[in-house]
Amino acid sequence: MNSRIGYIAFNTFREAVRDRVLYNLIAFALLLSGAAILVGEISIDIERLVVVNLGLTAVSLFGVVIAIFIGIGLVSKEIDKRTLYTVLSRPVRRWEFVVGKFFGLTGTLVVNTLLMAIGVLLALLYVAHKFEKMDAWVLVALYFIVLQFLIVCALALFFSSFSTPLMSAVFTFALFVIGSLAEDLRGFARITQGVGGWMATAVAYLVPNFSALNVISQVAHGDAVSGRLILYNSVYALLYSAMAISGAVLIFQRRNLK
Amino acid sequence: MTATRRANLVAAAVLSFSMAGAIATLYAIDHTRRAAVAQQALYVRSSTVLRRMSLGYTGLLADIYWTRAVQYFGEQHHNGSSDYRLLAPLLEVTTELDPRLVPAYQFGANFLAPKPPSGAGQPGAALALMKYGIEHNPGQWRLYYNLGFLYYTELKDYAKAADAFAQGAKLPATNAFMPILAARMAQHAGEFDTARMLWRTTYESTKDPLIRDNAVQHLLALQVDEDVTRLEQVVENYREQTGRLPASMGDLERAAFIHGTPADPQGRPYKLMPDGRIEVQDPESIFFITKGLPPGAAPPQPPYKPPPESK
Repeated sequence: MNSRIGYIAFNTFREAVRDRVLYNLIAFALLLSGAAILVGEISIDIERLVVVNLGLTAVSLFGVVIAIFIGIGLVSKEIDKRTLYTVLSRPVRRWEFVVGKFFGLTGTLVVNTLLMAIGVLLALLYVAHKFEKMDAWVLVALYFIVLQFLIVCALALFFSSFSTPLMSAVFTFALFVIGSLAEDLRGFARITQGVGGWMATAVAYLVPNFSALNVISQVAHGDAVSGRLILYNSVYALLYSAMAISGAVLIFQRRNLK
Repeated sequence: MTATRRANLVAAAVLSFSMAGAIATLYAIDHTRRAAVAQQALYVRSSTVLRRMSLGYTGLLADIYWTRAVQYFGEQHHNGSSDYRLLAPLLEVTTELDPRLVPAYQFGANFLAPKPPSGAGQPGAALALMKYGIEHNPGQWRLYYNLGFLYYTELKDYAKAADAFAQGAKLPATNAFMPILAARMAQHAGEFDTARMLWRTTYESTKDPLIRDNAVQHLLALQVDEDVTRLEQVVENYREQTGRLPASMGDLERAAFIHGTPADPQGRPYKLMPDGRIEVQDPESIFFITKGLPPGAAPPQPPYKPPPESK
């Protein structure tokens, strides 16, 4: 990574921390410890399942919310505060600015996820008293969640490169919802004939497929995740993020900032 | 007092008052709308809709629905209600959201099948739930065990119970009791030893303290039922041999029909009644017994016990 991208990424991370983004960890810790202690009292035989399901769902949703709400402001905030002009007046190219912002935000989310992962594992240890072999799959689910963040960050940045923060949030969240239902959409495309079928298929393949990245229920039951899925999901997330970031760069390069 | 300090004090007072008032109002709303809140479960009973609404986070939603089912059953049981109409839909939604949630089948069938007040009195729904569970978890011997248990205890269909145990016994990971249960079910379904083996397997195959306690209660009740059956047979033998009923346990002991004074599992001696029947001293102290009760008395049921405070 070139040093200018590194500086922008680091500053984005520092700004997010200064904006108290990591405070969400307190809510997460309270949620998880509360669930770990309470669920044994109000339900039967699902303590481990709840810790994994609730823990990973919270990691995912907290991260998506952070990705959307920080991602949409990455460009507009710099324009509003006029700091973008200072940055671009130095030998920093526009694409470096966009890519640096992307890495800064994903870095923030990776750190956030790592801290949350420690929380999930501690809660798991509390309810099960020991780690089992199947708990290793929880780490794979966490890795998939990070891949999900890559895509969401890239999308938020893409929309924020040409739209207002509010509309960017709406577009990104809408794509997150549609992408979470991607398998239903593909099923719908399969049973639709003619032009409608073609269009549905095109949409189904263009929207991000978040459902393949969600293996939370699977790992909660201790089921293995295939190596092929790990490989394909990694490649898919990288390609999709690259696509969205490239789109953001293309738009931002042409944007009139005067 | 400065104006700022005065404003702070007023704001703090208003905050405290509003918070207390909001909590009190919510408490009143909860009590007013309890039935309405429970009814909502019927409106969202489509697992397909819920699956889409959950955006793929179905595991967590299934856990929430399972907890709701447990709470619903506990509350209705605690209130002595025989209306369990939401139980089956709640369990259906739970298991359709997460077909691998084995506890929902195991315990759900136990909630559904027994007659009120112990359960919902819906053995058909329990059977459907177990079959759905086995369809989606064919490698779980516990589900075959629960199915066999259901056929045995609630439906009294010993042939199907034997079949369920036999299928469970064939699985690579099974319990050592399964083939024995299958064999016993086929030949000795109504015997105490068979029932004892079933409850012992239940006790040994769960860590849940409430289920274990229930199994212990049933094992104690079986002991009483078996003792009473055996003692009444002894009384009958005495009558055939002497031409009269024994006046006391002492008569039986002197005639060498018994050794010592027989007592129930809690150490209370059994009572010999004038008509030759055997009764327990305190019928309310041993739950689920079907023998040794005063004429016309129903088998005593345990009171509702909430889950333990801590493990």
